[in-house]
Amino acid sequence: MARDESKARTGRQSREDAAARAGIAVRPDQFQQHAAGRREKVFELKGVGVRYGGVPAVKEISMDVHRNDVTALIGPSGCGKSTLLRCLNRMNDLIPGAEVEGSLLYHGEDLYGSKVDPVQARKMIGMVFQKPNPFPKSIYDNIAFGPRILGRKENLDETVENALKGAALWDEAKDRLDANAFGLSGGQQQRLCIARCIAVQPDTILMDEPCSALDPISTGKIEDLMIELKKQFSIVIVTHNMQQAARVSDRTAFLMVELDADEDNRWGRLVEYDETEKIFTNPADSRTEDYVSGKVG
Amino acid sequence: MTGAGGVQSERSRLAVAGARATVAATLRDQPRRDVVLNAAFAGMLLLAILLALSGLVALLTQAFIKGAPALSPDLFTNGPSTINPEKAGFRPAIIGSLELIAGVILFIVPIGVGAAIYLEEYADNTKWWNRVIEVNIQNLAAVPSIIYGILGLAFIVRGPFDLGFILAAGSMTLALLVLPVVIIAGREAIRAVPSSIREGSLALGATQWQTIRSQVLPAAIPGIVTGVILSVSRALGEAAPLLLVGATVFVTFDPTPFSEDGYAALPVQIFQYATRPQEAFQELAAAGVIVMLVVLLAMNSFAIWLRNRYEQKW
Repeated sequence: MARDESKARTGRQSREDAAARAGIAVRPDQFQQHAAGRREKVFELKGVGVRYGGVPAVKEISMDVHRNDVTALIGPSGCGKSTLLRCLNRMNDLIPGAEVEGSLLYHGEDLYGSKVDPVQARKMIGMVFQKPNPFPKSIYDNIAFGPRILGRKENLDETVENALKGAALWDEAKDRLDANAFGLSGGQQQRLCIARCIAVQPDTILMDEPCSALDPISTGKIEDLMIELKKQFSIVIVTHNMQQAARVSDRTAFLMVELDADEDNRWGRLVEYDETEKIFTNPADSRTEDYVSGKVG
Repeated sequence: MTGAGGVQSERSRLAVAGARATVAATLRDQPRRDVVLNAAFAGMLLLAILLALSGLVALLTQAFIKGAPALSPDLFTNGPSTINPEKAGFRPAIIGSLELIAGVILFIVPIGVGAAIYLEEYADNTKWWNRVIEVNIQNLAAVPSIIYGILGLAFIVRGPFDLGFILAAGSMTLALLVLPVVIIAGREAIRAVPSSIREGSLALGATQWQTIRSQVLPAAIPGIVTGVILSVSRALGEAAPLLLVGATVFVTFDPTPFSEDGYAALPVQIFQYATRPQEAFQELAAAGVIVMLVVLLAMNSFAIWLRNRYEQKW
């Protein structure tokens, strides 16, 4: 009953009410931009599938990722959410035998078109990985690496400072820019990786379980950061943590493992993709409901 | 009530005592056979390491006892002599060896590191030809050095290269000999750089070459340099291939890389002195062994220090 009521209402307040009733912690600004309505599409996926050496890993994914949204990919292990994420900046190209099928448009341009250079694509679509992976260099050089290889060598100090401020790391790092990045804590290292990513001024940031190696306090900082960053960037995040998806994302895609008849092969499939609050409060598919309510998975 | 309780507590007391006795017996009663086998195995291992070390210690002691009287600055300043062992020295041989290893470094660093980068970063291991190359490099590291001497003679001194009996040809032959070791060490150093570093760099829009040059190679350099130093010390100690490609035993002048006048090398000179019948020349050979060992140990220690100092902990 409560669900039906909330569905009938519109606007930010009703979303927050619905989320609160479902026991989800809502950030004050999480749903702000949603009120603006439909926006530009960053990615348009139609029937996207990935095979590794002929064996399918994900099949027939169709979804649109909107600009300045945090889009979360959730689902059980092995459902192909990381595989799907790595299609979006052509990181799968690095894996021998990986093939991507279907149509994947990035701002209307075929990302897998014959004239697209994956190196150029990655300059616009940055990525943050599961385990913090700072380079074994100083904090400054970690951030400056991207702008340097792109030939943006003017005002490098300023770029580094802005990137560190953007990743909420400036206050902790400003006095030790020349220190090795390995001396930072895990959470700081991950924020350094985010700073490194925004220093090349991408348009989209992909995050592959960015908090799974971090403690709750560091996780909270990165989540705050995501809400802040989506004002400038579009973010796609893979997470195994449903509460995290509920806390930070605007839209959520739920993927599930599907088996073939004799259970030899398994691949991921998109079950449901909708606004986060709908996925968590009133999912259309019973499998989504079972997963988000903790009955399976 | 109390009676039944008394029986109950008496029983449990007995049960506890019994269990304790069993545990105590099990703990103390290690089977004798296990004890003996354990000790015997540890003893065998100790013996193995003692045998290995005693060979080295015997060699060093022998060389020091025999060569110590002949150790003098003359060793470094004088040339060889066939008649006067008191005045004979290793100067041309030492200079020849230094020039040889300088040449070896010039060849093995670009070729060895290049091959290692190709095999680790570019080669697709699912292709059969890359696997063939890989297996062959492993095998080449085990080929006896004299074979490389014959190869150098046939292909570098004569044959396609036709350089003649010059020091540079000796360098190239030694470089071929140690190249597989450099490639293997280089590959290991490159492989030790975690793939997350490569991914991090590529995800920023770096090209593969930018990633290798700015991230992978700097992190791998300590390992690569260690491999190069160890290879060079092996090249420094090799006599057999040099005998085939023109190192001569009686050179009274300082050798130059491209002259056909002949060149000497430290191990070859030692070999020559050691085969003389006179006792004094054998002492001289022992002194040469000391000089060479000191140089080799210094190089290897430097390599180990370098590895420990700059090795990246991930």
